[in-house]
Amino acid sequence: MPEPAAPPSSVVALRGVAKTFPNGTAALAGLDLDVRQGEFLSLLGPSGCGKSTALRIIAGLTAPSAGSVTWGERQADADSKSRIGFVFQEPTLMPWTTVFNNVLLPLKLKGVARDKARPRVSAALDRVGLQSFADAYPRELSGGMRMRVSIARALVTEPDLLLMDEPFAALDEITRFKLNNDLLDVWQALRTTVVFVTHSVFESVFLSSRIVVMTGRPGRIFTELAINAPYPRDQAFRTSAEYAALCRRTSEALSQAMSAGGGP
Amino acid sequence: MSNLPPSNHDRALRVALPVIVLALVLVVWEAVVRIGNLPPYVLPAPSLILQTLIADWSLLWQSLLVTLLITVEGFLLAAIGGVGLAVLFNQFRLLEYSLYPYAVILQVTPIVAIAPLLLIYLPQPLAVLACAWIVAFFPVLANTTLGLNSTDRNLADLFSLYGASPGRKLWDLKLPAALPYILGGLRIAGGLSLIGAVVAEIAAGSAGAGSGLAYRIAESGYRLNIPRMFAALLLLSAAGIVIFYLLSLANYLALRRWHESALEHER
Repeated sequence: MPEPAAPPSSVVALRGVAKTFPNGTAALAGLDLDVRQGEFLSLLGPSGCGKSTALRIIAGLTAPSAGSVTWGERQADADSKSRIGFVFQEPTLMPWTTVFNNVLLPLKLKGVARDKARPRVSAALDRVGLQSFADAYPRELSGGMRMRVSIARALVTEPDLLLMDEPFAALDEITRFKLNNDLLDVWQALRTTVVFVTHSVFESVFLSSRIVVMTGRPGRIFTELAINAPYPRDQAFRTSAEYAALCRRTSEALSQAMSAGGGP
Repeated sequence: MSNLPPSNHDRALRVALPVIVLALVLVVWEAVVRIGNLPPYVLPAPSLILQTLIADWSLLWQSLLVTLLITVEGFLLAAIGGVGLAVLFNQFRLLEYSLYPYAVILQVTPIVAIAPLLLIYLPQPLAVLACAWIVAFFPVLANTTLGLNSTDRNLADLFSLYGASPGRKLWDLKLPAALPYILGGLRIAGGLSLIGAVVAEIAAGSAGAGSGLAYRIAESGYRLNIPRMFAALLLLSAAGIVIFYLLSLANYLALRRWHESALEHER
């Protein structure tokens, strides 16, 4: 069967993707999703709707049971670059080595010499505001700072696509807001494409240019919402009536999705 | 940060109290021997043991070196063998299925029962070394296996995402993650290899041509030279303590920057 080509503006396209785990759980069924160049796309849904599974399938960490994942044209083709950056729910740092070496890891695994990698690591740390913590060990940092290191590590290869799996779910609200703001700054500076998995309506509306609402058992797309509020978005946007209205609309879509999908 | 030293008061107590207990025991022991007028072959006084230690020093020192050499050799072989085998098991599952049960059998069979057999089939120095190795290697194998299997799944995924080879994963991910477990295993192995060496020397007994500390203890026992038995025993436990603290120090130096077990906690 010939693979259908991804639409020209897509970074990656999923067609009819399904995933059934060996224990019989159907995590995804018939998922069609286009990730468009430069967008900030959120996958929003209740726990167990397969959004993390979808992310892992895009990353190639899990193989789909059916369907196809097609990649668009590459922008940059230097071999030391990786198409994908992945940020996990936990910071997932190597505790035995420094912040610098943690951020260096993707380049090291790609075979970039340490001397050549050094400025790139520094630039990535600079982006997340941790340039002075290069020699610290992960345990010496706060939860929010560890997550910044994790983001710097994902950015160091200058990926076409940044995949984030509920990265801020474990953080307190103040830290989370701060990281939301900073993530948008980084995204705007780099113009990279982001797929962000979350179960928070407020977070998804604040960050995204498009929200895909998913429904569970098995996971599929319920509806999608365009969030057309202009960037840059800041604290003023977070307290605006427009933001509140968008959150209300998204909340409604989510509750419909949950009742349609049988709910948890 | 949590690098504050524990209070000096607490630290002083931790040193002073065991010393006071030791001093009390020695005083009572000395008093019992003198007041009861016990002959040295029943119970030698601490002062006599000390005199014996000094008088027999050259003999005992040579024996200590012999035992320590065997212990260190057994320990190093156990470290290399245990970590090496665990790594092989981790990389080749079929090898693990084939051999792991026998490693367990080797471990659960009491070394005291194996030693006489080894002494029949191997020349004595080799038999003693084999004993030290057998008892010491299993904790290293078991701990390293546990450590290699406790790697963070997400970190392993991250290595896959960037196309890391199995060798890279082993060297840069699994072994560092297993290090606290490996060091824990080595700490146990250090004490055990001394025990293994002693057991084999005792089993060899008077028939043995060896001159290790355990052999001295056995020999002094036959000659009713009880003070020398105590002096040799004193050296043996001193050796055990030194081994334990050296390995604890290695553990601390390797882990102090990152692992919970080696951090000092503020209260």
